Amino acid sequence: MIKTIFETDLPVDEQFSIKKNTITNGSGKKRICIVTGTHGDELEGQFICFQLQKEILEEIDMLDGTVEVYPALNPMGIDSITRGIPNFDLDMNRIFPGNPEGTVAEQTAAAIVADLSGADLVIDIHSSNIFLREVPQARINVMTAETLVPYARHMNVNFIWVHDAATVLEATLAHSLNSRGTPTIVVELGVGMRINHYYGKNMVLGIKNLMKEMGMWKGQVDSSRIVEPIVSQGDSVSFVNAPASGIFSTETHNESIVEEGDSLGQIIDPLSGAVIEDVKAPCRGYLFTIRAYPVCYEGSLLARIHRLV
Amino acid sequence: MESPYRDTFRIWGYRFGIGEKTLAIVGAMRGDEVHQQFVCAQLVSKLESMERDGMIAPGQEILVIPSANPFSMNVEKRFWALDGTDINRMFPGYDLGETTQRIASGVFEAIKDYKYGIQLASSYQTGEFMPHVRLLKTGFEDVETAKLFGLPYVYVRAPKPFDTTTLNYNWQIWDTKACSIYAGKNNDVSPEACQVPVNAIMRFIVNVGIADFASGANRPSFNTIVLDDQDLVTINSPAAGIFQNLCSPGHEVSKGEIIARIIDPYDGSVRSEIASPCDGVVFHLLGKPLTLLHTPIFMIRKYQ
Repeated sequence: MIKTIFETDLPVDEQFSIKKNTITNGSGKKRICIVTGTHGDELEGQFICFQLQKEILEEIDMLDGTVEVYPALNPMGIDSITRGIPNFDLDMNRIFPGNPEGTVAEQTAAAIVADLSGADLVIDIHSSNIFLREVPQARINVMTAETLVPYARHMNVNFIWVHDAATVLEATLAHSLNSRGTPTIVVELGVGMRINHYYGKNMVLGIKNLMKEMGMWKGQVDSSRIVEPIVSQGDSVSFVNAPASGIFSTETHNESIVEEGDSLGQIIDPLSGAVIEDVKAPCRGYLFTIRAYPVCYEGSLLARIHRLV
Repeated sequence: MESPYRDTFRIWGYRFGIGEKTLAIVGAMRGDEVHQQFVCAQLVSKLESMERDGMIAPGQEILVIPSANPFSMNVEKRFWALDGTDINRMFPGYDLGETTQRIASGVFEAIKDYKYGIQLASSYQTGEFMPHVRLLKTGFEDVETAKLFGLPYVYVRAPKPFDTTTLNYNWQIWDTKACSIYAGKNNDVSPEACQVPVNAIMRFIVNVGIADFASGANRPSFNTIVLDDQDLVTINSPAAGIFQNLCSPGHEVSKGEIIARIIDPYDGSVRSEIASPCDGVVFHLLGKPLTLLHTPIFMIRKYQ
């Protein structure tokens, strides 16, 4: 059943609305919510919302509980290829928990938090940005790791990144919900403005696997396709920033183990034909982020590596 | 910093006087802050002349950085053109971090040891403000020093979460008496728009003893009123539509007076009339012709 959880007038003859679809079956009381589309340039979640609902509806008798899907928390952003909220020049994931008496953006955020509160689990799906390609991963703050890492282990993500407390962004949806007692896991996968069907189908499998663990899904899940994630804790991620400006040219794929000193790519100069820098891995480790957008300035993030001994 | 396709990225600073690091002034940090850059250019011109005439007090140094972001201004983008990040959300910066973190780090390293700091700022809220000095309530704010600009208002605002990454906030934390000046519209370089901030900064320079400059002291000033968030009443739009404003900043309003209308964009009918909720003065008004529901369209400084 499709419901509108928030709507308001736009200046010229148009309604702004946030919608969700609710699928319920059986007598189970558990509720899992899939939210995405907070950033208008992140589209991987659109396919996941579609595919998950398609597969659940094909075997609806296997569902015991409620699945709610919120595909577009920032519908104007998705529609206008804008990462933030177009009218406000705001990052929507910096305005939670919102304010029911505030601006339209704040009211929207407040309505979303109110609607999601009380769920047994919320999965907040992101797909990086246009600059970086990410392996499917869960990002969890160390303060909520005890609760959330056990869930994330079942989600068929390759990597679980447990952040330091210092990196908490208080105005995010995940922080707002977790601090209200609604467990929320942030998932990152793929790259902005594109859909990777392989990643998307694996994520749908992971969500169903997790639902099975939660007692919400009675259907078969191919456990041979569920990966055991690498769990990264305690400041074990190295950031590789561009040492110079230019075009970052790489044939390196993430999801791979790199050795210290391995070439991750080259910063090249198309005008002179020169190699400006050969970018090398600073350590041995698991490469889980690689730059997708070639133009880089000094300091642009090129890669992230989980250090392995 | 080198660019893949453009000239080298450079930030220029102009130093006046020799001695203790006394005053740093930062102009444009976003590409649409042409007003702020132009004000700095006027200050550079005046300070050059003052230094030539021996009017800068011995042992005092002034640094003016007219622009920390010429690249965005040259392509008419507000934020860093490649990735859309805002240098004024990157302070105190990180010299090994992302590009705009490195720029913020470079700027902050150059200005953090000055006694006084002035940023010619622009708000995330569009529109016009009454000219004012803005301080963040960090516990380090110095209201008495801010009054030395002689602007109509000093506004002491409680920090919002994003403020912790702004220049103003970090300058204060690093023990500079820092403030922001809001006195004009981003792209307005008319002499009238620039005169107010230029005069205010010249007054400040004289009042804190950096320059013995008679004409600076003679510039007319206001009996500054100090405001905090409780002194300002925000009016949110009661409807979406075309915002038809009936007054301007500084306009004195009475309780119940109609100060704006929201017009239906198809048939011209009045969707809503906005009445002032109190006696006071218009401190800020929306700078766009369209409004959404519940968008802040006015801030009224209420009379007690």
